[in-house]
Amino acid sequence: MNRALHGWLLLLPATILLVAFTHYPAVATLVASFFSTPKGARPAVWVGLDNYQAMIADPVFWQTLRNNALFALGTIPTSIALALLMAVLVNEKLRGRSFLRLAYFTPTVLPMIAVANIWLFFYTPGYGLVDQIAGLFGAPSHNWLGSRDTVLACLIVVTVWKEAGFFMIFYLAALQSIAPQLAEASALEGASRWYFFRRVAFPLLMPTTLFVLVNAVINSFRLVDHIVVMTRGGPDNASALLLYYIYDVAFKFWDTAYAAALTMVLLVILAAAAVGQFVFLERRIHYQ
Amino acid sequence: MRFVTAVFVAVTGLMLGAAPAASQTADITFYYPVAVGGPVTKIVDGLAADFMKENPGIKVKPIYAGTYQETIVKVLTAAKSGEAPQTAILLSTDMFTLIDEDAVVPFDDAIKTAEDKAWLASFFGAFMLNSRTGGKTWGIPFQRSTIVLYWNKEAFKEAGLDPNKPPTTWTEQVEYARKLTKHDASGHVTQWGVQVPSSGFPYWLFQGFTTQNDVLLMNDAGTQTFFDKPAVVEALQHWVDLGQKHKVMAPGVIEWGTTPKDFFERKTAMMWTTTGNLTNVKNNAKFEFGVAMLPAGKRRGSPTGGGNFYLFKKNTPAQQAAVLKFVKWITSPERAAQWGIDTGYVAVRADAWETPAMKKYVAGFPAAAVARDQLPHAVAELSTHENQRVTKALNDGLQAALTGAKTPAQAMKDAQAEAERILRSHRR
Repeated sequence: MNRALHGWLLLLPATILLVAFTHYPAVATLVASFFSTPKGARPAVWVGLDNYQAMIADPVFWQTLRNNALFALGTIPTSIALALLMAVLVNEKLRGRSFLRLAYFTPTVLPMIAVANIWLFFYTPGYGLVDQIAGLFGAPSHNWLGSRDTVLACLIVVTVWKEAGFFMIFYLAALQSIAPQLAEASALEGASRWYFFRRVAFPLLMPTTLFVLVNAVINSFRLVDHIVVMTRGGPDNASALLLYYIYDVAFKFWDTAYAAALTMVLLVILAAAAVGQFVFLERRIHYQ
Repeated sequence: MRFVTAVFVAVTGLMLGAAPAASQTADITFYYPVAVGGPVTKIVDGLAADFMKENPGIKVKPIYAGTYQETIVKVLTAAKSGEAPQTAILLSTDMFTLIDEDAVVPFDDAIKTAEDKAWLASFFGAFMLNSRTGGKTWGIPFQRSTIVLYWNKEAFKEAGLDPNKPPTTWTEQVEYARKLTKHDASGHVTQWGVQVPSSGFPYWLFQGFTTQNDVLLMNDAGTQTFFDKPAVVEALQHWVDLGQKHKVMAPGVIEWGTTPKDFFERKTAMMWTTTGNLTNVKNNAKFEFGVAMLPAGKRRGSPTGGGNFYLFKKNTPAQQAAVLKFVKWITSPERAAQWGIDTGYVAVRADAWETPAMKKYVAGFPAAAVARDQLPHAVAELSTHENQRVTKALNDGLQAALTGAKTPAQAMKDAQAEAERILRSHRR
């Protein structure tokens, strides 16, 4: 009995934090999504599925969902592939290796708001870095962030640049924990380096890949700082992502009930992604 | 469980910041945003300290709360948990939102003496348009601005134009801009004629065009918009034409934040932007520049912009009197003048422009007076109930038209339909 109490006491700090900042807000959000938004003297009343019906009829919601899917497709595979490539590169014995590692990691250290402001000027039509380089090859100036066709791709590039270095660190750590005997043994057997990477190193990196993948998926729904600075969702919602739209609805329109319903969608998407990744990928992963 | 509750309450208390105890003396907390460059927080702290020296019974606590958007988020969140500040500077267009949230009271309730009434009548009429509704005054103008035209005098000379004559009509603006647009050997544009930014809050710039086309975007009660009126569509067509037909402005959506930089880099010879940028341009333009009123269509015109003081509801009578005293003090002619000189905002009352400090400043820098001279032509900034939502409907439509995704007529029809849907419940 005493031992049980002791155990619960040890769990208490973590439990309080989890309940206060994770579970309670999630449940409160679910409850709020079934009520109307309280306004001044008017209290919230039960409206059932009204907020969800409004959501289905809301074209901006569908557009942000579509944008978010494109954003995820654009950022996740590219940043992971790039991270792996960079990790393999800086794992080799070459000159200036630590400098290179630092250079790859720098974007992660910089604050996103500052970075977004710098990229804003990179994309400026005319004298921005991107246009200046394009200009060397005779390309005309392009309004990168001001046109519906390019704005989302521009944000994807910023995100990949920001994320890849962070994921690289995990891959690098994992690569260094692979026992060197394995490489020596396969070299003795006459395996090529590509063969070794494909059949030995990469499978051993799978736990890291899962970890990075989960993070990348979450980030593709979580990162909106650069949107606030660079486009504010424009032009005409072409770069609005789900979380940014939730912010708009909650803190600009003050329609907190509808924002709660939108948040539930985000929660369901993230939960589904996490469950899917753990259930299906887990089986194919070999832990040492 | 009680322990958990206690911890939860404590944590929540920490997150919200220690609440000021309900006071018997007049303590007033005052939230303010910063939206222009310069050491604004230092100036505000200095003003509060000066006021407290003159009024020992009152304690003013100024709190810098970020951008306008961040400030209203903080103020409304605090108000919803019963800890509203006593006063705050928020956008004049937030008036209906604050009324709907039942967070503010009109200043009329606190006004008692004839002197107070005279003070209330001393502000420029254009600034009061966004500060009054239903016969009551909900906001006191403080940091206010309008849109003006900046032009590069050197570029005018190079193009064979009189460097001291800015365009005064839409036709002249297009004609001058065409002469000012430069191409390189391969036909790419190296300098645009004019630039009207359209990111973030294009509705504000658009109100320049609609006012000049002699049409209003909303009614005074903030319950009805007129986005699909033919004159509004015409105004949008003119804006779109600058980029797509006349080809004197970069196509697509133009970033607000980089527009002054485009002007410094000679990527554009003329730009529309806020008077709040005046000090920035003065410090950074490496060429002679001029500042003018926006060119006229059927008439001259610009919306006003910027922030007002609001009076919050949960005040004791002593606090209310203290807020009134502070706001009156800070908007006195000398201080309004000094604030305008320090920041680039338009001093909010006529007698502020008659003070020696302001007269001297204008004599040395005549451009500073352009915004004031434009005020008789100014209209209220777009503001309705559910303001940000209605504004977004218009912004989306404007950007759709400017990027060529919709025709101006279609874009404005859609925006009006959306605004109708949002405002329906407010029109009973």
